[in-house]
Amino acid sequence: MTDSILEVSGLVAGYGAAPVLRDVDLTVPRGAITAVLGANGAGKTTLLRALSGLLKPTAGRIVFDGTDLRGTKVEQLVRRGLAHVPQGRGVVAELTVEENLRLGGLWRGDAPGLRRDMAEAYETFPALARRRKHSGHQLSGGERQMLALARALVGRPRLLLLDEPSLGLAPRVTAQIMALLRRLREASGLSVLLVEQNVRGALSVADGGVVMSLGRVAVTASAERLRDDTALRHAYLGF
Amino acid sequence: MDRFVFLTFDGLSRGAVYAAFALALVLIWRGARIVNFAQGAMAIATVYAAYSVTSATGSYWLGFGAALLCGLALGVLVERGVMRFVGHTSPLNAVIVALGLVLVIQAVLGMVYGNEFRPSEAPFSRTAFTVGGLAFLSRYDLFVFAAVVTLMVGLALLFTRTPVGLRLRAAAFAPEVSRLLGVNVAGMRTLAWALASAVGALAAMLVVPTGLGLHPTSMDLVFVTAFTAAVVGGLDSPLGAVAGGLAVGLLLSYVSGYAGAEMTPVAVLLLLLAVLLVRPSGLFSGVAARRV
Amino acid sequence: MRYTVVRHLALTLAAAAVLLALTYGLEPFRNYQLATAAAYLCATAGLTVLTGLSGQLSLGHGALMATGAYPVALAQNEFRDRDISGGWVLPVSLAIGVATALVAGLVVGLAAARLRGPYLAGVTLAVAVIVPALTTAFDSVFNGDQGLSVYIEPPPLSLGATFPYERWQAWIALTGALLTMFLLTNLVRSRYGRHFRAVRDDEVAARLAGINVARTQVLAFVVSAACAGLGGGLLAVLAQSVSPGAFSLTLSLFLVMAVVIGGLGRLAGAVWGALLLVLLPQASHSLTEALSLSPSAAQRLDGNLPLAIFGTTLVVVMLLAPGGIQGLLARLAGRFRPRPVTAPDHREVGTS
Repeated sequence: MTDSILEVSGLVAGYGAAPVLRDVDLTVPRGAITAVLGANGAGKTTLLRALSGLLKPTAGRIVFDGTDLRGTKVEQLVRRGLAHVPQGRGVVAELTVEENLRLGGLWRGDAPGLRRDMAEAYETFPALARRRKHSGHQLSGGERQMLALARALVGRPRLLLLDEPSLGLAPRVTAQIMALLRRLREASGLSVLLVEQNVRGALSVADGGVVMSLGRVAVTASAERLRDDTALRHAYLGF
Repeated sequence: MDRFVFLTFDGLSRGAVYAAFALALVLIWRGARIVNFAQGAMAIATVYAAYSVTSATGSYWLGFGAALLCGLALGVLVERGVMRFVGHTSPLNAVIVALGLVLVIQAVLGMVYGNEFRPSEAPFSRTAFTVGGLAFLSRYDLFVFAAVVTLMVGLALLFTRTPVGLRLRAAAFAPEVSRLLGVNVAGMRTLAWALASAVGALAAMLVVPTGLGLHPTSMDLVFVTAFTAAVVGGLDSPLGAVAGGLAVGLLLSYVSGYAGAEMTPVAVLLLLLAVLLVRPSGLFSGVAARRV
Repeated sequence: MRYTVVRHLALTLAAAAVLLALTYGLEPFRNYQLATAAAYLCATAGLTVLTGLSGQLSLGHGALMATGAYPVALAQNEFRDRDISGGWVLPVSLAIGVATALVAGLVVGLAAARLRGPYLAGVTLAVAVIVPALTTAFDSVFNGDQGLSVYIEPPPLSLGATFPYERWQAWIALTGALLTMFLLTNLVRSRYGRHFRAVRDDEVAARLAGINVARTQVLAFVVSAACAGLGGGLLAVLAQSVSPGAFSLTLSLFLVMAVVIGGLGRLAGAVWGALLLVLLPQASHSLTEALSLSPSAAQRLDGNLPLAIFGTTLVVVMLLAPGGIQGLLARLAGRFRPRPVTAPDHREVGTS
């Protein structure tokens, strides 16, 4: 049992001729929240898509908890303990809240366990419990984010890839979500790789972070240093 | 007046078959975003299979079962063997491939069974019951209703109450996200095709004995009519398919009764043109069918 | 533009001369085949303009051929019934056929111009399946499944008493085909041809450039329908009969296949397609004969083998051609415009 839950080396990936990720090396420490920051087009979302297999890398290695992910199909990842909440949340709008949640845990094939975990999800997210029978269409942005998160957690992941959870959400809701992530990390040792445009929000909850620039990891540092080192912030984070 | 009643019931009975077939089209449309233009040819192939089994065993029901199984198998075969490889660069690709399949299937059937019309017997009497001088439904009509209602209830339960149904719907609505949640989307697509093909087989088994005759091209007009029904209801809507099917069945029955049976194809064409000109997205759905 | 027309005219006359010589060299059966190919060429050329150039798929052109063929049959028989004869009779009948097909094309085109994808295919499929059924609906005029025989005058005496009938048929059909090719080639090079291509490649851009998209689409339909009508009329003249079976869905699909395989968008491809439509059934017939089978088995194989081959070819070509229809079209246009990559949920892939 190593210290890092995810090790990425030499990852190259893209869409068409020019690669977006040009040799990414990244280590995600176990039981911590790691933020992925950087300007638009730096390759943050592409990174997550390459990790979960939605985008096939052209070179490089991805090792998840000691296992090389090469050749693993996207559908298999959730069984291994890797959950990806994509940009835009991916709530299936045509299904109800309850159905979305259940979908997150179907692969377990353990109906009673799933029922228990769904009940737990409703406790953690009372807003969702109130909207149980409503379809995805009818939820607000914040509720959708909670649903996407709850749905991912129902699958009992060990590593959660989160793509811009604060996108389009009010600051108060964002703060709630970040607080929730911190509670989860403390309670269950969940590892999180958090892609965010909202640097302050991400750094308020992250333990460490990487900054991407032009398809590479430019800086790897603790959250403190990223917050306090003004030169670094100016150079890479724009403030 | 009694003529009208009779035509109404007759229309509902026809409509039930169109509803079932339209449902098959909607299933594949929702699951794969294509209209399966080979649905009719695949369906008639299963009826031929039933014919062979019934001829060999003397049992209509064994043949019926064979048709449904054949439908499942054919759906898997077509999806895995052909449609999976069709490029997504244009919706026309799938259309043309499906039409190629129509040619192949009809040709093979012609080669194996010949191109003469074969008689097709209904398992129940097709004479209408009369109640107080009013001609009603026949035993066969009741059988058709029972079969189609069972089918719809079965499908509804499957899709809304079972894990497989949830996976099928998720795979159809949001394939990428579903994969992230562990759903075997490719497998679900194949399953959708298999189901749709079996539904088409059922519809064909119900309609062929009603005077259509067994011929490789028997289902061509049924396909066009069911397509019209699906368009009327909205390609995205299963409920619409059912409503559309019943509506079209009624319309054609009245046309047949009051204007003559030969006018029904004309009615279908006019209805299709009318719907596509006025409200192409159908009565129930929100899919963009027109150029903006 | 005028220069191009003159050049096309010269080419057409040259081709006419070559073909004329050819008809003297061929035996009667081959002349008949040449004539049939010429008739099909009218339809495949029209369909090429519609599908390849203007990007609208029609599954109903076999039926549109019928809308040209039946009026020719009716007109010819009417002329004969009234004892009217003369060299001008046949062209007038053919013109009536073309006019009818043109109107049919207008109706379908108006409906089709607003449709795309499966809806367009569905409508044209409906036309393909239902129009032949009209012959049974209006039995008294069209004589249902049995069809009508078509009265054709024998070749004029000035050609000599021993002038082979098939050569005369070839002349008629080739005249029609050459006329069609001449007109279409000019259309393709004209402003309208540019409009067709512009709308096919990028509708929004075309509209922004001031092109009336709907009108362009309808025009393409009407033109292709008229050509199909001429082809159908010629077939009626050659076969001296019309029946719904000759213009079934299968014919419509054959036409699509001929155009796809012949090379979408290029009129030269339409020639190959038409030849394919005539030669493939013949090749499969020879194959059937070679496999000495019982007469009933041979009949089954003979009728269906061309369908099986055509269908398989269509499937294989579409699966193998990279980019499918789009790729075939784009490659012909000389440039490949990669479409934006869309995820299966039809959302554009994020790039942050």
